[in-house]
Amino acid sequence: MTMPGAGRRAPGTARENARAARRPALAVWKFASCDGCQLSLLSCEDELLALTGRVDIAYFLEASRAAVGGPYDVSLVEGSITTAHDAERIKRVRRASRFLVTIGACATAGGIQALRNFKNVKDFLQAVYAKPEYIDTLAASTPISAHVKVDFELQGCPINKAQLLEVLSAYLAGRPPGIRNHSVCVECKRRGTVCVMVAQGTPCLGPVTHAGCEAICPAYRRGCYGCYGPMESPNTASLSGRWRYLGVPEAAIARAYRTVNTNAEAFRKAAEALEARGAGGAGEAGPGGGESRAG
Amino acid sequence: MPVERRTIKVDALARVEGEGALYVRTSRGRVADVRLRIYEPPRFFEAFLRGRAFTEAPDITARICGICPVAYQMSACLAMEDACGTSVDGQLRALRRLLYCGEWIQSHALHVYMLHAPDFLGYPSIVEMARDHLAAVQRGLALKQTGNELMRLLGGREVHPINVRVGGFYRVPRPRELAGIAERLKRARDAALETVRWAAGFEFPEFEQPYEFVALRAARGPGQPAEYPIDGGRIVSSGGLDLGAAEYGDHFVEEQVPHSNALHSRLRARGAYLVGPLARYSLNFDALSPPAKEAAREAGLGPVCRNPFRSIVVRSVEIVYACDEALRLIGQYEAPERPFVEVVPRAATGHGCTEAPRGIPYHRYTIDAAGAISDARIVPPTSQNQAQIEDDLRGVVQRSLTLPDDRLTLRCEQAVRNYDPCISCATHFLTLHIDRG
Repeated sequence: MTMPGAGRRAPGTARENARAARRPALAVWKFASCDGCQLSLLSCEDELLALTGRVDIAYFLEASRAAVGGPYDVSLVEGSITTAHDAERIKRVRRASRFLVTIGACATAGGIQALRNFKNVKDFLQAVYAKPEYIDTLAASTPISAHVKVDFELQGCPINKAQLLEVLSAYLAGRPPGIRNHSVCVECKRRGTVCVMVAQGTPCLGPVTHAGCEAICPAYRRGCYGCYGPMESPNTASLSGRWRYLGVPEAAIARAYRTVNTNAEAFRKAAEALEARGAGGAGEAGPGGGESRAG
Repeated sequence: MPVERRTIKVDALARVEGEGALYVRTSRGRVADVRLRIYEPPRFFEAFLRGRAFTEAPDITARICGICPVAYQMSACLAMEDACGTSVDGQLRALRRLLYCGEWIQSHALHVYMLHAPDFLGYPSIVEMARDHLAAVQRGLALKQTGNELMRLLGGREVHPINVRVGGFYRVPRPRELAGIAERLKRARDAALETVRWAAGFEFPEFEQPYEFVALRAARGPGQPAEYPIDGGRIVSSGGLDLGAAEYGDHFVEEQVPHSNALHSRLRARGAYLVGPLARYSLNFDALSPPAKEAAREAGLGPVCRNPFRSIVVRSVEIVYACDEALRLIGQYEAPERPFVEVVPRAATGHGCTEAPRGIPYHRYTIDAAGAISDARIVPPTSQNQAQIEDDLRGVVQRSLTLPDDRLTLRCEQAVRNYDPCISCATHFLTLHIDRG
């Protein structure tokens, strides 16, 4: 080294550089979404500064102008694929990422915008835009896993930030994330919430829904509405029967599966089974307000 | 004289909510073209709301925006209650306003500290800013956390709250449940006052615009105390408008432009207009709480503010107000007998308009006798501000032509971030291209 002063400063700088080089690079990507899941990272107020001491936030457009090129150790992907351009972009993200983790219902199941998958998108464009020809959109909203290999899917609309920190810690430590696959029911029991469906007859998707939200809805005296998506091997047929017994019309039960996780396989099939059964009653209007959240 | 052609492009704007781009072209020292391009893919909420039950609108429309879900939930609830001929008042209304205060504190603290302040202090993000301004960053994070806590307490969680329904709430808190948050709000109010002083010390470009401000103004009877608009009111403007929400469509029109996935709103009579903190503040200064007014005066703000770069100070003043108002609402809270009022559907059209942190979202729904939605129209604040943002950019670029491209680009980005644009909301929204051609 011939740079002036290099002899004196080099050891410290080299150590710092080596430490910085060992810090894993984190990237946060957005596709079609509401920004709520990325916001969960910024909502880690107590942990944010500690986290930025452990990882280099190399790409996070919502938070920073500075963008560092890949490769990235962990990429968090929010949002679903709804345009031809995004279908190509996700492939570039995959190539630049060691681990790719999807965050939220959009990235994991296509999101609420997957409600278009069951309708005619042309009609949708005409409902919203006077000149539909200006808009670039695909017929379906699809999850990231339909396009590239995904290393881990974190469910929830929105995700739980404690779970997000767990997943990040796990990948940084090189171990599998400790995210449980059981239903929301277990979280109600752990929380000591009396079952709203058994005790009050309130229709609840908790028995088929993936845990992670900490069973908030029943604690606020409403039924779960499935925003964390299907648990592993859910018995939707049995639950639909229970809702029917509680007096919820067939079309309204189908609609309950068709919200933010409408394109998650188990929920989609449950809705399709109900719609096939109730083909004659498809025109049935939705229930009004009242105590039933199914409406 | 040299013929100078410049193009400035920002393909992916940072520190805004959603995806947008900016393109500016100048020719012979004049601004030739300015485009704020919103390429956030469309999500078609208005289309898939058709056929859903009117009671589903708050949970569905919350998903338009993770930063201001309460604004969508509240506007949807007001519209449905309007359609059904019901109104929610008393302590239920107070709780809605309290929840909304949480969203204002959280969203404004996010914007002031994480998205906007780094522009004024010269950092790419809050992470680098924290190395030199740790105390300020910690203050901002604590403020944001208090807003989130208030949202969690009343709404169940901060992103997409689960406790909001047409007619009120699923569960209402007992007064003693609010005692803990009241203590935190007092500390937050002090932090908010400190935020106003901090932001007032930034350097602001000399730039004022002849905006037509559009905001809500709380209807009030004689003898009633003034109330800063949050959860409803009449739509008023500095150009003399004074409308009920139902008249919105008579005066505002949405137009589609080829370069954006977000529709541009215009006043039928006069074109571009401004919604958000500057409009709200300038039309309702008299209704601010005394500490918020005093903080504004100390910060050198008059009762009207036309410099969009100073919106960071106005947002900070609004955080003071939101803390004050939350404390007032908690102080007079008694648990209502029931958590909601019964809302019975009827075939009708309803309108709802409230004050999201970044301006008024307008909702209109038509429902049938059984409560099924047959038509939905949602106009987010950022669609309404798009034409005005482009006007600001034209003015900012014209006055800053001597700046080198990198500084001009930063100035343009800052001019967009003045609006705290929510691009995810507006798409039904952005990258900067400056072309000095």
